[in-house]
Amino acid sequence: MVTREDVEHVALLGRLELTEEEKEIYTRQLNDILGHFQALQRLDTGNIQPTAHVLPLKNVYREDWVGQHMPREDALANCPDRDENYFKVPKIV
Amino acid sequence: MTNYETVIGLEVHVELKTRSKIFCDSTTEFGGEPNTHVCPVCLGLPGVLPVVNKTVVEYAIRAALALNCQIAGFSKFDRKNYYYPDMPKNYQISQYDLPIAGHGYLDIDVNNEVRRIGITRLHMEEDTGKLVHQGTITTTPYSLVDYNRAGVPLVEIVSGPDLRSPEEARVYMEKLKTIIQYTGVSDCKMEEGSLRCDANISIRPVGNEQFGTKTEIKNLNSFKALYRALSYEVERQTGVLNKGGRIVQETRTWDEREGVTLPLRSKEYAHDYRYFPDPDLVPMIIDPEWVEDIRRSLPELPDARRERYMQEYGLPGYDAGILTSTKELADFFESCVSAYPNPKAVSNWMMGDLSRLLNAGGVELTACKIKPAQLASLLQLMDEGIISGRIAKTVFEEMFASGKDPGDIVKEKGLVQISDKSAIMAVVEDVLAKNPKSAADFRAGKERALGFLVGQVMKTTRGKANPELVDKLLKEKLLQEKL
Ligand SMILES: [Zn+2]
Repeated sequence: MVTREDVEHVALLGRLELTEEEKEIYTRQLNDILGHFQALQRLDTGNIQPTAHVLPLKNVYREDWVGQHMPREDALANCPDRDENYFKVPKIV
Repeated sequence: MTNYETVIGLEVHVELKTRSKIFCDSTTEFGGEPNTHVCPVCLGLPGVLPVVNKTVVEYAIRAALALNCQIAGFSKFDRKNYYYPDMPKNYQISQYDLPIAGHGYLDIDVNNEVRRIGITRLHMEEDTGKLVHQGTITTTPYSLVDYNRAGVPLVEIVSGPDLRSPEEARVYMEKLKTIIQYTGVSDCKMEEGSLRCDANISIRPVGNEQFGTKTEIKNLNSFKALYRALSYEVERQTGVLNKGGRIVQETRTWDEREGVTLPLRSKEYAHDYRYFPDPDLVPMIIDPEWVEDIRRSLPELPDARRERYMQEYGLPGYDAGILTSTKELADFFESCVSAYPNPKAVSNWMMGDLSRLLNAGGVELTACKIKPAQLASLLQLMDEGIISGRIAKTVFEEMFASGKDPGDIVKEKGLVQISDKSAIMAVVEDVLAKNPKSAADFRAGKERALGFLVGQVMKTTRGKANPELVDKLLKEKLLQEKL
């Protein structure tokens, strides 16, 4: 059962600002979704390995060599604010 | 008053010295202008795909094997989600429930007792970027971010709650550093942040099975800080419990300047990371043959090497422990002993004059100008009586400064020992003539006067006279004249 407090907590972790109305809607919707998954929980999955990846792939590696770096101006091009060669971010705490 | 027992577990982060980052081909080189060692992958730009650097997995296995860990057959990467601008993606790629290795241990020596400390797990993850604040994190108007370190490979090594004192924690950390350095997967430079440590610490009444409430201490960036912070925390927690208070489970930071631990606001480190498997990265099935190949390539590790030094070279445990404390020191020692097979003499010079000069000059052994073969030939010159032990020390200092061969220094500076009996006797007679009082004192039974007279002869010959001969001739002369 997802409570309104759960929704507020998840919103905080995701840095989402929700209106009272949205909290109401999401509490209801998240409960609907979890209800749907409860149907799946009736299946016996005792002999099934947990899924780590949806594709049948394994051991994809790259060799340890150094390639081209991005020009710094490209790296900083999209940042909302900068201070010389640094990304500038709002006060954290 | 209740007696308490301390319980400590350490989480140690070790930066691996691969050429490129863990999920992209940006360089791991230390330093560099801000935000120049980056690419779309480590900047977390949309649409990029991380791919695991195979050498990172190899190094992690290498470190794990050196710590007696079992290597997982199946392992994967997970996303650790949190909002903090040290990672541009708002998550860090780490390993959660299926780490690459675990169930290991390392043995530490504390007060001549061997204690086995469990290694609960060892996992791979990416390092974060660096935040620059103006003043402190709480007073700065804004922060600056450099992503050069973001994506540099790390292993996190988590010990069991097996350490029982700040001293044990320090010894564990030193041992761990030594072992990792032997494997060659990291420089373990605490000052450059390639070795970092967080500690979990609690206390409980002696005899209690159940753990007390723990605090987590961050920012322990030197062996001294680790020891001091934990000692402070033991005192603090004991004080709280003795006053009938309760320990609050929290994260604290070590304030080096004030010498105290302080609570961090809980919001900063909300432990609600919502881990889930990273869908961009596929699972790793570790081939046991690969693991065995890596095991075979491991060098002789410190414990085995120390044991061998005691057995094969007959060195005391203390010498063996110091000489094997870094791979470089041990390699230097062995190379020198192969040219001059008197292990104890080599050990004495290395632990004495060599380490004194290295410490005084702040020089690493790898940058030392004296080569093992040169120390060996210095010892040979002494054995052959060409120079005295006293002159050897002067020559050694010159070798340290210039890197020249000891034989060349002896020739250039005319330091060859005077072993010519008549030449020394002439000086002895001269010294006795100039110091009749000391001579009389010695004859009257004051043994100490001899030391002064020997000193005078050595001074006159600028240290070059053969000390044994000086001693012998002085005594001869003094006793002769007494008769
Ligand atoms: Zn990159």
